[in-house]
Amino acid sequence: MTPDQIIVTVGGLAAIGLVAWFFWLKRSVGVQASAVSGGYQEQMVLVKGGYTPDAIRVKAGKPVRLLFRREETAACSEQVVLPDFGKSAALPTGQVVPLEFLPSEPGEYEFTCQMGMLRGRIIVEAA
Amino acid sequence: MTSTAPTAATDLAGRRPLETTVDRHPATSTSEATSPTTDRQAEYRSLMRKWWFAAAIGVPTMVLSYPWLIPGLQDIFPRGSQELWWLWVAMGVSSLAVLVYSGNQFFTGAAEALRHRQANMHTLIAIGTGTAWVYSTVALLAPQIFPSAEMTDVYYDVTVVVTALVVIGMAMEVKARGRTSEAIEKLIGLAPKTARVIRDGTEVEIQVDEVAIDDLVVVRPGSKVPVDGIVTDGASAVDESMITGESMPVGKGPGDEVIGATINTTGAFRFRATRVGPDTALATIVRMVGDAQASKVPIQRVVDVVSGYFTPTVLILAIAGFVIWYDVGPAPAFAYAMIVAVTTLIIACPCALGMATPMALTTGVGLAATHGILIRSGDALQAAKRLDTIVLDKTGTITIGKPAVTDIVPADGLDPDVVLALAAAAERDSEHPLAAAIVAEADARGVTRLGVASFEAFPGHGIRARFRNGRILVGNRIFLESAGVKASALSGEAERLADEGKTPVFVALDDRAAGVIAIADPVKADSQAAIAALIKQGLQVVMITGDNRRTADAIARAVGVDRVLAEVLPQEKAHEVRKLQLEGRTVGMVGDGINDAPALAQADVGFAIGTGTDVAIEASDVTLISGSLRGIVAAIRISRATMANVHQNLFGAFIYNALGLPVALGLLYPLFGILLTPILAALAMSFSSVTVISNANRLKRFKLAEVGP
Repeated sequence: MTPDQIIVTVGGLAAIGLVAWFFWLKRSVGVQASAVSGGYQEQMVLVKGGYTPDAIRVKAGKPVRLLFRREETAACSEQVVLPDFGKSAALPTGQVVPLEFLPSEPGEYEFTCQMGMLRGRIIVEAA
Repeated sequence: MTSTAPTAATDLAGRRPLETTVDRHPATSTSEATSPTTDRQAEYRSLMRKWWFAAAIGVPTMVLSYPWLIPGLQDIFPRGSQELWWLWVAMGVSSLAVLVYSGNQFFTGAAEALRHRQANMHTLIAIGTGTAWVYSTVALLAPQIFPSAEMTDVYYDVTVVVTALVVIGMAMEVKARGRTSEAIEKLIGLAPKTARVIRDGTEVEIQVDEVAIDDLVVVRPGSKVPVDGIVTDGASAVDESMITGESMPVGKGPGDEVIGATINTTGAFRFRATRVGPDTALATIVRMVGDAQASKVPIQRVVDVVSGYFTPTVLILAIAGFVIWYDVGPAPAFAYAMIVAVTTLIIACPCALGMATPMALTTGVGLAATHGILIRSGDALQAAKRLDTIVLDKTGTITIGKPAVTDIVPADGLDPDVVLALAAAAERDSEHPLAAAIVAEADARGVTRLGVASFEAFPGHGIRARFRNGRILVGNRIFLESAGVKASALSGEAERLADEGKTPVFVALDDRAAGVIAIADPVKADSQAAIAALIKQGLQVVMITGDNRRTADAIARAVGVDRVLAEVLPQEKAHEVRKLQLEGRTVGMVGDGINDAPALAQADVGFAIGTGTDVAIEASDVTLISGSLRGIVAAIRISRATMANVHQNLFGAFIYNALGLPVALGLLYPLFGILLTPILAALAMSFSSVTVISNANRLKRFKLAEVGP
């Protein structure tokens, strides 16, 4: 192996490691949804190339209201789906669309766009 | 009621449970708010502008990238000349313009995704086209850092043409996505805008969302019924095909239910509004269809796991491909390695994988809705495809569910209408369901109304009424004979009627038998054809009923059912379904959705039929708005076709990626010398996602012709 091949090989392996770590191994802890009147836990979610925040912590047993605001026209994100709760909503650009559900069991649940390209997590913690 | 975001108080204390309060387009909306359709049109137009720009630059870039191959040009731009260098500089600048104008969504999308530690199609295309541009520009500006002159060729054509092809693919995708959701947009478009109501004694035209419950609504000939309600006066035929899928207009008179968004034909009537705003049948249907379209087919969960790992895996493969080609590939190694990595990034199509099931589901559920069939979710669709047994509740499902007079057999010398008139006179004030059938028939035939002085009911036996100076007796044979009436002359006819599954009722005037009236719950006109179609589809059809064995067998014979569960109490129906499931069968239960709720829930797929627009539809997996059994046949066929489409799409998407990626990585190169170019990869990638959507749209051409009557 020539020196440049060694450099490329080592660099490539490092890049592979970086990709695996960056996309799979590191996970954010999530944002705690704030409590509002009426017992709801509420969180605003910005939809633009992804969900911001993409990890939301809520307490089990209390209704949750996610307020989605889509600020892009890319067709990908026009719908948000919460498969575990059988919920979905169309997200017209520029509109705030509430999605409500009642998490009863602690655990991690996903919300995604219809094609599963954009992903977010709801982390339900025991109350 | 104006549409405001639901408040916590109304949601929790309001009449609708939390689970159903999701308003689809409520809003704290702003002036920039748009509908999905206009969003999509704007997106399409923007992508098309980007495509034309990229294509306009792409053609000369393609030609001028290899001027030494083209006679005439090779003299003007010989290899290594200063003229060629300047030409390439010009191409570098114009391709940067293409990246910025036509391809900016790839870079912004990739950056946004990266912030969320996610990678998607944008990431792959941005890295692919970006790498080609950066490599070319470095080769152009600093050729001395490359070991050989061969490595200093530029690949601006890759940047521009790949961008152009992916953009046109996205535009076609946006257009096709619009078509898959046409069905629900058509449903939303059915909603009338205004209504004519009586306010303070005068008829006024108001916005449909201002109609309140109990408003008296006026419907003129040819106009739309604005909301749901009950007819109070007037009569007409109403075309309900858009909601129920039933093509014949339905007659409406006082007491009948009308559904909002249906179209009145020639008569005029007034009705009292019973459901308005978000509670109307149409609003419920739109909500249900929307939810079902956005739900997931169980198989999609597997795909979701795969697609979660897909894009980073492609990145890893591209890097690995680069390293291997650099280390062991032919010269110029760096150029080959770069091309292989870029091709790999571009050929991978996470989109086809992600769209495979949602596109088919959206189309299939929408298709069903246009036939008056509401499929609740992707789970219901997948389960409906696997059914091998259909259990049909008799009353209200195979039959109309309302007893009616089927035969009148008069004693010698009597007119049938006289027999009917006598029976109706005695029964007019009785509350027995058989009595209602007799009175309804008498009124329908317009027979003379006779007055009776008084009557006395003998539950389980019959009724005795005082008529003129004598009496009328209506009841079973034992009742008449115990009152001293000789009924033996009619008993043969009565036996025959009973064998046909009908209930014979004897009528006597004074001491003389006047005739026998047969009452039965008539079989719906198309039940037999629908059951035959179900059997033809390979399903075993089972009839379940509380009737006695003799009546049940008679009906079963008439409609061609091969297995009968008779004398089953209502509460035992769910248990019978369970027993069939224990035989290893996948059972679909068809019932009216109210009395049969436990059995519908026990079945693998519960079909609620003929509940009209009742809210009970929320309890079943599949709801047929019209009462015809043909809907079951259609629902199963649509489910099968949709699931077949899902499988085709998934298979196609998996195979495409499974074949495309290795070829792009150059696995065929050592044996056959085959290596893809990034431009071919871009063509394949755009083609694959468009194919998936086109295949889903093919479902819309699905014909239900042979289910017809």
